Amino acid sequence: MARAAIPGRLDWRVATVVDVRTETPRARTLTLDVPDWSAHKAGQHVDVRLVAEDGYQAQRSYSIASAPEESSVALTIERIDAAEVSPYLCDVLRVGDGLEVRGPIGGYFVWDVMQAGPLFLVAGGSGIVPLMAMLRHHARASEPTRAEAPVKLLYSARSWDDVIYREELERLADSPYVDVTIALTRDAPADWRGHRRRIDRAMLEETGWPASRTPRIFVCGPTPLVESAASLLVALGHDPVHVRTERFGPTG
Amino acid sequence: MQTEEMRLDGNAVAGSLLDVFAVDVTAALATCAGCGAERLVGALLEYGHGMGVVLRCPGCDAVMLRVVRAGGSVRVDASGVSLLAIPSD
Repeated sequence: MARAAIPGRLDWRVATVVDVRTETPRARTLTLDVPDWSAHKAGQHVDVRLVAEDGYQAQRSYSIASAPEESSVALTIERIDAAEVSPYLCDVLRVGDGLEVRGPIGGYFVWDVMQAGPLFLVAGGSGIVPLMAMLRHHARASEPTRAEAPVKLLYSARSWDDVIYREELERLADSPYVDVTIALTRDAPADWRGHRRRIDRAMLEETGWPASRTPRIFVCGPTPLVESAASLLVALGHDPVHVRTERFGPTG
Repeated sequence: MQTEEMRLDGNAVAGSLLDVFAVDVTAALATCAGCGAERLVGALLEYGHGMGVVLRCPGCDAVMLRVVRAGGSVRVDASGVSLLAIPSD
């Protein structure tokens, strides 16, 4: 007899890696075919579980990079040296391999283009990943819907080579409803004319929406960046309820 | 050291909370038994590692929810939450 599905209860499933793409020297995207995948919301994550032969388990959460409209699930993983999970996902896993996942997960750091109103996305490093799902979701909406939900992205990376999804972001920025600003904090090309410092109050004020437009704001990245940006946004007059954060921990 | 960097959001442990709750509670509104502040569970501060999950109030830092796996059981201490309002359709 079929067991009634309990809403929200998530089973572990074995996904299959169908594509691997190098994004930067430290990050790569795994595209997964997940059996019985129920469409995610932009901003959600999956849990990934690795089990060693001796039964030792390591579990991590990874944000989904693909749009809800896509049938497969893309995860972009940044390699953290000497960590337990990310080196395996970045260096070892191959097309055709299986990977245990459960998801989609999370009802807090999510956005739907039908919510309308301006959107401000603030990313640090691999914090761009869940925000990319939002941008891709936005790009798939009809023109009137996109026009109702104009997006500004402020993305801080260490160097030009560390900018994930660089070419796609350049393409997305061609849209009149998408504005992309990249800030490089360590190294920049000789001809770089953009920001060359960490995210600060002036940068948030210049690249985001004024508080009077009551944008929805999503901030994702390393904990110190997220907490600093969130405090500055509130100081700029944004309602804390509209500033949603996702901190990426150092474990990987 | 590292305590600030180890701090994550309630959102990050949504999967572990699904071991306890039948629905995703990250969008549920939790009232802190300590200071009375209301926050979405996804916005609570998470310090859990290894043994389980500890969610603290971002306002007063009190422990609101603790989920620990030990001795063949999952132990849930929700004494720091005076009310949990879960959205329903």
